[in-house]
Amino acid sequence: MATKRKSDIGNGNHVADEVDLFVERAVQGEDKSEDDTTDSEESVYSGLEEEEDTSDSGEDQDSAESDDFKDDDDNLNENEMKDELSKKELDVQNNNRSNSDLSQTTQATVPEYEYDSSDEEDIRNTVGNIPMEWYKNYTHIGYDIDGKKLVKPEKADELDEFLNKMDDPNYWRTVTNKLTGQSVILSKEDVELIQRLQEKKHPSAQNEMYAPWVEVFVNETMIHPLSNRPEHKRSFMPSKWEKLKVGQMVYALKMGWMKPTKTQEDKEADEEKEEENKFYMLWKEDEESEISKRIRQNIPAPKIPLPGHEESYNPPPEYLFTEEEKKKWEEQDEEERRLNFIPQKFNSLREVPAYPRFINERFNRCLDLYLCPRQSKMKMNVNPEDLIPKLPKPKDLQPFPTQQALVYRGHKGMVRCLSADKSGQWLASGSDDGTVKIWEVVTGRCMKTFKIDDVIKGLEWNPNPSLSLVALTVEHSVILINPGVGDKLLVSSTDDMISSFDTSETQTGKISPVEWSVYDGKKYDEGFRIKITHEKEVTQVTWHVKGDYFATVVPKGDSRSVIIHQLSKRRSQNPFSKSKGLVQCVRFHPVRPFLFVASQRYVRVYNLLKQELSKKLMTNCQWVSSIAVHPRGDNLIIGSYDCRLSWFDMDLSTKPYQTLRHHKKALRQVCYHPHYPLFASASDDCTVIVCHGMVYNDLLQNPQIVPVKILRGHTPENGVGILDCVFHPTQPWIFSAGADSTIRLYT
Amino acid sequence: MGRPKRKYESGAATAYITRNKAVRKLQLSIADFRRLCILKGIYPQEPKHKKVVGKGSTAPKTYYYSKDIKFLAQEPIISKFRDFKHFVKKLRKAVVKGNDSAAQRLRANKPKYSLDHIIRERYPTFTDALRDLDDCLSMCFLFSTFPKTSVTHIEFIHLCRRLTVEFLHYVIASRSLRKVFISIKGIYLQAEVQGEKTTWIVPHRVGYSHPTDVDYKIMQTFVEFYTTLLGFVNYKLFHTINLHYPPKLELDTEEEHVPHNKMTKKPDRFAEREAMEERLAAMTQSLKTIDAGGGEDEVELDEFPISESDDPDRIEQAKLEAEKLKKFQNLFTGLKFFLNREVPREIIVFIIRSFGGEVSWDFTVAVGATYPESDEKITHQIVDRPNIQKQFLSRYYVQPQWLFDCVSARLLLPVEDYFPGATLPPHLSPFVEEGEGDYIPPEKRQLLNRQRGIDSGVGEEESESEEEELEGEVKGDSGSEEEEEEQESEEEKEEEDSSDSEEENVTPPKATKRKREKADSEKKKRKSEDEALNISNMSVEAGKIEVEDKERKLQRQLAEEKRLAEMMIPKKKKRLYHKIMYAKKKKTQEARKLKEKRDAIDKAAKKERKKARYFQE
Repeated sequence: MATKRKSDIGNGNHVADEVDLFVERAVQGEDKSEDDTTDSEESVYSGLEEEEDTSDSGEDQDSAESDDFKDDDDNLNENEMKDELSKKELDVQNNNRSNSDLSQTTQATVPEYEYDSSDEEDIRNTVGNIPMEWYKNYTHIGYDIDGKKLVKPEKADELDEFLNKMDDPNYWRTVTNKLTGQSVILSKEDVELIQRLQEKKHPSAQNEMYAPWVEVFVNETMIHPLSNRPEHKRSFMPSKWEKLKVGQMVYALKMGWMKPTKTQEDKEADEEKEEENKFYMLWKEDEESEISKRIRQNIPAPKIPLPGHEESYNPPPEYLFTEEEKKKWEEQDEEERRLNFIPQKFNSLREVPAYPRFINERFNRCLDLYLCPRQSKMKMNVNPEDLIPKLPKPKDLQPFPTQQALVYRGHKGMVRCLSADKSGQWLASGSDDGTVKIWEVVTGRCMKTFKIDDVIKGLEWNPNPSLSLVALTVEHSVILINPGVGDKLLVSSTDDMISSFDTSETQTGKISPVEWSVYDGKKYDEGFRIKITHEKEVTQVTWHVKGDYFATVVPKGDSRSVIIHQLSKRRSQNPFSKSKGLVQCVRFHPVRPFLFVASQRYVRVYNLLKQELSKKLMTNCQWVSSIAVHPRGDNLIIGSYDCRLSWFDMDLSTKPYQTLRHHKKALRQVCYHPHYPLFASASDDCTVIVCHGMVYNDLLQNPQIVPVKILRGHTPENGVGILDCVFHPTQPWIFSAGADSTIRLYT
Repeated sequence: MGRPKRKYESGAATAYITRNKAVRKLQLSIADFRRLCILKGIYPQEPKHKKVVGKGSTAPKTYYYSKDIKFLAQEPIISKFRDFKHFVKKLRKAVVKGNDSAAQRLRANKPKYSLDHIIRERYPTFTDALRDLDDCLSMCFLFSTFPKTSVTHIEFIHLCRRLTVEFLHYVIASRSLRKVFISIKGIYLQAEVQGEKTTWIVPHRVGYSHPTDVDYKIMQTFVEFYTTLLGFVNYKLFHTINLHYPPKLELDTEEEHVPHNKMTKKPDRFAEREAMEERLAAMTQSLKTIDAGGGEDEVELDEFPISESDDPDRIEQAKLEAEKLKKFQNLFTGLKFFLNREVPREIIVFIIRSFGGEVSWDFTVAVGATYPESDEKITHQIVDRPNIQKQFLSRYYVQPQWLFDCVSARLLLPVEDYFPGATLPPHLSPFVEEGEGDYIPPEKRQLLNRQRGIDSGVGEEESESEEEELEGEVKGDSGSEEEEEEQESEEEKEEEDSSDSEEENVTPPKATKRKREKADSEKKKRKSEDEALNISNMSVEAGKIEVEDKERKLQRQLAEEKRLAEMMIPKKKKRLYHKIMYAKKKKTQEARKLKEKRDAIDKAAKKERKKARYFQE
């Protein structure tokens, strides 16, 4: 086929077509140019051609036959012009083109290769490939091969043109050669060609596009081989591979592995049978099951919880949500909801729709089964009663104060401090209203009132039974009062003791940190005896058991924050040279020469004889409020503002033996009973908690602490509840001083 | 000296393996790993010390036991998974290339795997399998309602349907259904299968929508396993009660069977099988037993408790229990039911049949109906619409809830409350077992009383009191409302008292005695008051007050002692104690809340009723 096509091309016909195609384009272009610049061109191409045209009137054939050289030349020229035009668009072989054209028009007269040259310029006009407009204003149109001007042919005027148009039958196929400016009459073939091209047909009418296909290699087997090559050897040798395969098959057949292919029906029957026998007795009774360790360790998934009444389609009315509950449910996170649905009520079974989240719930269960990490957790089946430690019943630990017996009213401000005298007959109390009152314990009568006109921060009765003295702290001073109640002899002997003091003895070399002064006159008659003035404010005064020494706390005194006074010698001394924190409270050891100094977080125990620090107790609390020492001296309780009460066993460790968090608010005061195994703590939550705190002589046995009673009665005032509490020296009674300006006795 | 031991080379750090590592080790895709885990029942474990296991990091990861993963690695099904992967690849290639014959051949040789060995391995004993039947049944019941989609294969849906029907047949035949409950989610059923309580849920049938946020592939895998399990369980169960497996209906005579056998090779047999399945699913007929003897079971029942215990009391009790159970199992025997078409047929047929009743429905509704509506012997007709055109006088028309409530109560309840169109009494869950301090709805209390044989429940008392009220109103028209309310409250109190005493009847007899005495004394007092108004009653009152005080005092004292003791709980246990107490408190609070709510509702209802009556008059 390919060869055939080639041959077609070879005919030259084809090439001619191509060329014609260009011609046609050129014509079109010309038409356009004519449209664009008619006037100028008309003017340029003046009449010269016209004559020729007219002379050429008649058929092309005539002109061709006429053998007029010039005419021929013109024709040729014209053809060349066409070529030139075509050259603008593409360089194609000029050769063939002119050939073809000439073959029709001037073949007979002009030798074939006279003008023909692909590289040679057109010899009729040597201007070359330039826009011909450049010669628009000239009379010539270029130069011939000899260098002579080619004069533009005269252009016919409008009238001639019109006449021409009317008269000349060939006018419609007359075109102008731009290069020579001459008119050319297109031949019949040319026109036909142009028309065919315009119709987008094949240029030559002879070419059959849909010629029947001639097959060279056909599918029919031919009798004769295409080539003379002999057959390959393998085409007639038996295949080894096939032999192997056949051997395998034979073997499989022999062994019964290979079975004939089943028919569809057989297959179905087999499947049915399989389906029927799909299940069989998997668990036989006589078989011992082997339980591997893995299975024994298996954690079974927890079962889905069973539904309650609220899930019913017709639940009792109380299970339905109210508006509030519904709102709450909707606002809640999906995780924190107790129910994962809203209970609903339907009047009958027929109205119950499918649960929209049923599949989701099942799916979530599936996810839980294979995705959720499992952990075997021991479920604590604890009876809460078992968690409560077994303690002796409070009833068996009597006596202890159980109920409120008396209320001492009379103070006008909060009662800050309390103290009972050694005999247990009298009670002294100091208040914010600047008075100290002496009460008779049993009757609740206020025996005496001392006016001081300042807040009384601390107060303590002298523990010496042969002295009737009360020490109290007011602002910067400590005042000793002889209350003048009870045994007259005792009162007078106390006065004697104070007055008998020889002032000369006090003059020692050392500068005393405080100033001792004695009251006289009216104040003396009222009962005031001695005033010890300090540099800074005094908050606490505490007596030694013997009643001769007493210590005062001056929290802002820095190195002089604790001062020990001796009553008999009217001497004061500062035991510490350096301050170690803000001192809250001090206590004397009841039997040994020790002093307990409580700073904010630690309690330091000093040996007064050796003058050294013997112990430092870690309280583990933020702010110690008070300390109390057990009458035997080996145990200590500390109350703190962070609601804790710590029991220290000094022999055991420097850390608390037990910490009790019974109170809900800050502890203000703690105290031990001098005889009974009791201790109490007073707190801002308006309770006094009395605990049984037994200390055994046996060193192996730890102290036993049992809370026995919570005493209430006070009312809080400005967030302050009970400020002080103190046990009765002989009875299992306790006094408490509250911010509500009352003192209460619990028996 | 050996190499020094490094951290995380032994112990918990090596006992666990993360999921990613496990997948890499098994060389499976995540999907295959998931499938394997589901089939083999391997689940992640929560390590005790996450930091040790995570080699120092506490990032949230899922851990498996490395031994579990090693065990998985030996599973032969893994190779089947791989085969299947290759099969799919080959098939796709063949199909894409248009190689039809190859595709057909490949399809014919599709690799199959069975899960039998896995079931045997996961459940070494039959009871193990029974214990795990809950999820299996729920899933199969759900799947049997699914439509066919690309992910839910029709074979599984059919298989699920078949297996669930078989299981229901077993429950019917063994009479092992115990509890039924209609919840808004579905219908809960509980059966006691060989001593194991199995609970499952059947969804309501009224067209549900299929959610899109669910991975059906996972469910499909589960169902694949569950169907195998249920099949084997069914097989075993059927054989334990001497039934054919696959089940055969009793009324299928031999004559019918013969042509079936002959026709096996005709294309009609699918239709026949379908018909058979439908008849089976109807559940109206009992199944054929392997041997004719049926009296053995009873003997067993009688002998069983005797051999177990020696204590005569216990034997007695066990006998009583057995008798009770037998009575319960034959709750509907002798009753003939007819179902209207609006009633959910399957579940109700199942319930009736598993308690020995007979049931039928309209022939046009479904296959398997045994008698028509006009049958004179029908005792109950289950109706779920407010009014019926044609009514037979010889039967009760009841709503379906009656059946469920009867089963829950274990006795036939009076049908009056359940007539068509009546407002139904609340449907209570039989699964709730109220403990101490739990809220018990009054309906439940009534039911408990009825079960004990005390018929004079609260409800009746209420009605009596109402009657009294009526009389009172008739007598004194001008009686102000306040007085009435007072009366009411008094009556209510009395009611409560009586109910309380009834409650306490069960537990401490002494308390009731005391109360009764008190009541007696009060009565006497009243009488004396009535008789002699002129005698001052000061002394009597004083005495009474003292008594009360003493008790209260004692109580207070005890409470205080407890409070004091609570203070001494060591810090370690304090949290636990408070947690327990908090839970307790919460529970009582909830109970109280429910009670208050109920009281308010009751009061409102009463008022409404009274108003209505007043307007009528």
